[in-house]
Amino acid sequence: MGQYFHSVTLDRDKCRGCTNCIKRCPTEAIRVREGKARIFEERCIDCGECIRACPNHAKSALTDRLERLSEFEYTVALPAPSFYGQFRRTSTPETVLRALLGVGFDDIFEVPVAASAVGYAVRTFMSQASRTRPLISSACPAVLRLIQVRFPALLDHIIPLESPMEVSAQLARKRAEAATGIPHERIGVFFITPCAAKVTAVKQPVGRAKSAVDGAISMSEVYGAAVSHLKDAENGRRLQVALAAGLGWGRAGGENAEINQGELLAVDGIHNVITVLTEVEKGRLTDVDFLEAQACVGGCIGGPLVPENPFVARANIKAMADMVDSGNPRPPFGEDELAALYDAGLFTMVETIPPRPVLKLDEDVTRAMAKVERLEETLARLPNLDCGSCGSPTCRSLAEDIVRGLAFETDCLFKLRERVRDLAAEMKELAEKVPPSMDQPSGSERTPEVG
Amino acid sequence: MTSVPGAPVLTMSFDIEGRNFKASGEASGRIKRTLEQVGLDWNVVRRAAVVLYEAEMNIVIHAHRGVLRAEISPQKVVIVADDEGPGIPDVSLAMKRGFSTAPAEIREMGFGAGLGLPNIEKHSDQMSIETEVGRGTKVVAVIMVPGVAPDVTPPDVTPPGATQADAT
Repeated sequence: MGQYFHSVTLDRDKCRGCTNCIKRCPTEAIRVREGKARIFEERCIDCGECIRACPNHAKSALTDRLERLSEFEYTVALPAPSFYGQFRRTSTPETVLRALLGVGFDDIFEVPVAASAVGYAVRTFMSQASRTRPLISSACPAVLRLIQVRFPALLDHIIPLESPMEVSAQLARKRAEAATGIPHERIGVFFITPCAAKVTAVKQPVGRAKSAVDGAISMSEVYGAAVSHLKDAENGRRLQVALAAGLGWGRAGGENAEINQGELLAVDGIHNVITVLTEVEKGRLTDVDFLEAQACVGGCIGGPLVPENPFVARANIKAMADMVDSGNPRPPFGEDELAALYDAGLFTMVETIPPRPVLKLDEDVTRAMAKVERLEETLARLPNLDCGSCGSPTCRSLAEDIVRGLAFETDCLFKLRERVRDLAAEMKELAEKVPPSMDQPSGSERTPEVG
Repeated sequence: MTSVPGAPVLTMSFDIEGRNFKASGEASGRIKRTLEQVGLDWNVVRRAAVVLYEAEMNIVIHAHRGVLRAEISPQKVVIVADDEGPGIPDVSLAMKRGFSTAPAEIREMGFGAGLGLPNIEKHSDQMSIETEVGRGTKVVAVIMVPGVAPDVTPPDVTPPGATQADAT
C-alpha cells in the first residue's frame, strides 16, 4: 500500500488494455500502459466508474469478506439504506433485517436510524452557522475525495458533520457493549456497503483519524448469503425501528427530503456532480443552503456493489418506506436525545479535510508556467480526436503526460503515422539518389565536366 | 518570500461571443484549469475563477463580442475583459450590488442579478473600468498572490483616461 489506500483495484489478467475505463474516469486517473490499465493512486477517488465501465470485469473493489466475522466475539451489521432496496415487495423491512441475522451477525443497527439523526444534525448546523453557502453534504466519500482532488477551493463548503455510517457504528458499538458487557474491541461492527468508496472511507477515512467501522462487506456478497434466510421465523425483539425518511437516503433526493429545511439542491452521478461543483466554484448557487451530492447515478442504490437494478431498487425502497410508514413507527430518538447527542459531539467531524491537488505540473510556479506553454504547443500538434489509443483519455491529457515526462508525442498513433509517412518519403527520396559511379546521366547537371 | 524580478508572464486569450450562453463559462474554465496547473495558491485560483466567470458573463450578457484575457505570473493574475458593446453610462451605479441593466429574459435564466461588477471587485485586489457608451467596456482586475513580492515594475492597471471604480 502506498500513500493512499484504494478499494478500486485491477485484475491484470482480465484487463485487455481497452479505452473504456480511461474515458469514463472523472479525475483522469487511469492510463493504459504496456497493454494494461494503470491507476494513478493520488488521483483515484474510488468512485467506481471504472468498475461499471469495464466490459471484462477487470476492475473490482477490495472489500472485507464475511469470514472476518469470526475475528470477533459479537458482531453487528450496519445495513446501508440502499440494502432495503434489494428486496421486492414479498419481503418486509423486518424480514430483510432478520435475513441479515441469518447470515451470521449477532445484531443489527440500521444505518437509516443514524441517517435521520444526521438529518437532525444538518438542520441544527444550518440554522446555527452562517458559513459559506452552499454547504455540501459529507455523506458520499467519493464526492469528498473528488472535492479534495478537483475542487480544493470548495473544501470549506463541506458540512463538518460525520456520515450516517460513522454515526451508526459508534451508536451500534455503544449499544452492543451495554447490552452484552463484551469489551468494545471484541465487538465487530460491519457496514454492508453499496460501493468501493465506503470501503476506502473505512480503511482510510477523511475528517477523522480512524473509522468506527471494523470492516465493509460488499452488498452483493451479503445479499447472496441473505436471500436464503428471508423466510427465517421471527423470534425475539423487533429489529426494524428506522423511519421511512431514513430509508430514503438510499436513493437520490432522499437526504434532502429528510433535511427539508432551507434552499436545497440535489445532484447524482459523478460527472453531474462535477458540473454542479463547477457552478459553485464560479460563485453561483450562493442562494442554495445545502447541496446533496452523490457519486452514483440514482444515489447509493446505483452503487457498483449493489446487486439489484437501480431503477428497480428505487421502487423497492419506496415500497419498503411505505410499509414502515403504515406501521405508525415511533422515532428511535426523541428531539431532546438528538440534541444531547449533538451537544456531546457525536456528529462533529473532528479533522479538517486537506486538499489533494493533482493538476499542478511542477512544484515551482515558474517551471510550471513553462510547462503550460509547452503543453499548449504540444496540444496544438495533436489531432484532438480524443481517441484514447495512446493510453491517455484525451489529447489534452496526453499533452499533460508528455510535459510531465510520462509519455511521448509518438505515443499518438496519428503522430506516429505522420512520422512514418515523412520517413517513408525521405527514404524514397534517398533511394532515388544513387552513387555517382552508377548514375545514368539524364542531363548534364550531375556530371561535372572533366576539363 | 521570493522576489522574481522580470518573471515570465503566461498570457491566455479567448474570443467571447455575445449572447452565446451555450459556450459561456468555457473560456473561464480553461483559464481556471491552467491556474491550477501552474499551481498558484488555491485561494487565488478560487478568487480568479469567480472574477473570470463574472467577466466572461458580462460580455455574454451585455456585449456584442469581446476578448477575455488572463496574464498569469508567479506574483499576480491580471484578468482583462475587453468588449465591443453598449458601454456603461453610469459606472458608479453599475458597481452597486443588485443594480442591473440585463433584460428580463436574461434574468429569467438566473443571470443579471446585478452582482457581476461588485463580485469582480470583491474578489480582486485592484480593479478598473474603462468604458465608452456605444463603443464598449474594458474591465481590468488584478489578484495578487500572497507571500510573493510584487514585480519590480508595479502593475499599471489604470490606463490613461480610465474611470477608477469606487472602492466602496
